[in-house]
Amino acid sequence: MHLMYFTEQPMSAYPADEGREFGATALMFSNRHFDPVAGSRLYNEYLEHYRLAEDVGFDGIMLNEHHNAPFCMQAKCNVFASILAATTKRVKIVLLGNPLPLADNPVRLAEELAMIDMVSRGRLVSGFVRGGGQEQLATGVNPAFNRERFEEAHDLIVKAWTQPGPFRWEGTHYQHRVVNPWAVPLQKPHPRVWIPGVLSKETIIWAARKRYPYIALSTEIEATKKIWEQYDRVAAETGYAGGPEYRGYLQRCHVAETEEKAMQNAQQFMWMQGEFTGLAHPVWSTPSGYFSPSYRSAFVEYAVGRRPNPRGAAFEDQIKNQQIVAGTPKTVIPKLRRLLEETRPSIMGFWAADGFVTNEDTRNCIRLLGEEVLPALREIAKELDLWSPFEANSPVSMQFQAPAQPAGAAAI
Amino acid sequence: MSTTVGAWVTETIPIAGLAMPVARAGQGPPLLVLHHDIGTLRPLPFYDALARRFTVLVPSHPGYDGAERGDWIRNVRDVAAMYQWLLGELPAARAAGPIAVVGLGFGGWIAAEMAALAPRAFRRLVLVGAMGLKPERGEIADQALLSYIDYVRLGFADPRTFDRVFGAEPPTRLLEQWDLNREMSFRIAWKPYMYNPTLPHLLGGVAAPSLVVWGRDDRIVPLECGERFAKILPRARLEIVDGAGHFVELEKPDELARLVADFVS
Repeated sequence: MHLMYFTEQPMSAYPADEGREFGATALMFSNRHFDPVAGSRLYNEYLEHYRLAEDVGFDGIMLNEHHNAPFCMQAKCNVFASILAATTKRVKIVLLGNPLPLADNPVRLAEELAMIDMVSRGRLVSGFVRGGGQEQLATGVNPAFNRERFEEAHDLIVKAWTQPGPFRWEGTHYQHRVVNPWAVPLQKPHPRVWIPGVLSKETIIWAARKRYPYIALSTEIEATKKIWEQYDRVAAETGYAGGPEYRGYLQRCHVAETEEKAMQNAQQFMWMQGEFTGLAHPVWSTPSGYFSPSYRSAFVEYAVGRRPNPRGAAFEDQIKNQQIVAGTPKTVIPKLRRLLEETRPSIMGFWAADGFVTNEDTRNCIRLLGEEVLPALREIAKELDLWSPFEANSPVSMQFQAPAQPAGAAAI
Repeated sequence: MSTTVGAWVTETIPIAGLAMPVARAGQGPPLLVLHHDIGTLRPLPFYDALARRFTVLVPSHPGYDGAERGDWIRNVRDVAAMYQWLLGELPAARAAGPIAVVGLGFGGWIAAEMAALAPRAFRRLVLVGAMGLKPERGEIADQALLSYIDYVRLGFADPRTFDRVFGAEPPTRLLEQWDLNREMSFRIAWKPYMYNPTLPHLLGGVAAPSLVVWGRDDRIVPLECGERFAKILPRARLEIVDGAGHFVELEKPDELARLVADFVS
């Protein structure tokens, strides 16, 4: 079992009334509401939380990035990954991930990731994402070529990591005269790649064909099972058996000394009106050409208000279906056992707090998770044979059938 | 202007490996009409009014209104080149020699690109609320930030006209069409959005007399772009239509048809 700590890095110090009045808290919600004094304090608190997570026994720190929205302050996950590479000792630095289509120069991403891998002495897990729709608009990237850019940038990065340069790249969306970065990853054949996602079946199929673990982001248990059915089917077609080492799950989970307090703080997971991307116009979060054509009819109805938000479930429902788990260590462990039994992941991210949960309560939650919940989960994982990619020594990918190892023991 | 003009006939012409549907109605000299970025309804009072005097040819741009997309198409000039190719394949257009073209909004940009590619190919050029030039003061409205309905509504001076043309609550089928059309607009006009910085440098050789028509209340493409087209095109004049926004042919079909017919005849 690989157990990670995660926070969206909420920019909770923004005037919520202004957001409600404007009617959106993403993309077009003015950054004049961003307070850099609070931002400075919060960034440093989040860094302390990551270090505490390492101290109390988490195996990994999961990082992500978003743009133009208070729900996530982290605008570049490689920046925090760089800091953690130098200020932590043991945890894996798990990027879930870099939004590839936003990169106009994927070779530069390959270099940055190689540097993070070397500075961290081989602790990088380099996940890749398509980025939300708003991310495309916030960075001026064409949403209609999102998936094509994702796949091509991925191929270019893996080639830059694994094949000695110089070589030339003449692709559809990327052209490079000379690819020859003087920084390559410490881990060979290359750092592990995990692919997070929430609903695009195209991404699940792509990850399964590549033999990359897929990380389901807070989906319902039944929906999660369907993801694994699909993944395992494609895995079998591709020539390997799917299973726990290819399955990850991000769980919203808040723990406190009392049920009341845990439940009260867990309400903050609804901070952004229950939709984790914050309140945005549907055509911002899902521009034309960005989403799977199979959802077109349902989406256009949602975009003009004829259908409810598919992600807008009420707090009580999310507690009931375990998309949010909250309680004391004693009461959350059986719930998490149910998740492990029913969906059998070997990678678990804990999204521990959100919104206005205080620094003190967040630290307390991290401590309780590390000291009481994680040891219990490790026992359950052994009992259920849930071995992580590291424990199972599973291959990095279909293309590179070796586990990732730091090159040359002397480097460690 | 509601006299019947006979049935619309659609034929499909292969251009650059794609099946390009061209709807045709009416009789008389050929008149090519290029539709907006939201696609087009057919029939339309505007088309019917023209069809009483012209053979009206309304192709669907690749990727719009169900026409084959062509994954390789990357910009509006590609589409303009396809249409120049099409003119050589259409019997109605080939026999007539240089023909007249009316470009509506986004279609106006395509028409201007066609004229830039082949400055002597047209007999008359009509641009109505055309995209294609970068405004110097204002901005071209960004549909990426607006819902399908809000964007189209923005193109009307009078919201009641939208309700009359599309219905106050357009059917889902139409919304899907608008979404598909928007996707194609993103594919070919995303950056820079809805203009081509090289276009103004290439319009100086256009030989045809040109009519630039603008709705006074166009909130999608600012009127300054109309003024600029009229200045850059060597033989152009600007007509401003009161009580119309971007979709002049939907709000003032008779007035626009009269302007076009008088100019082209």
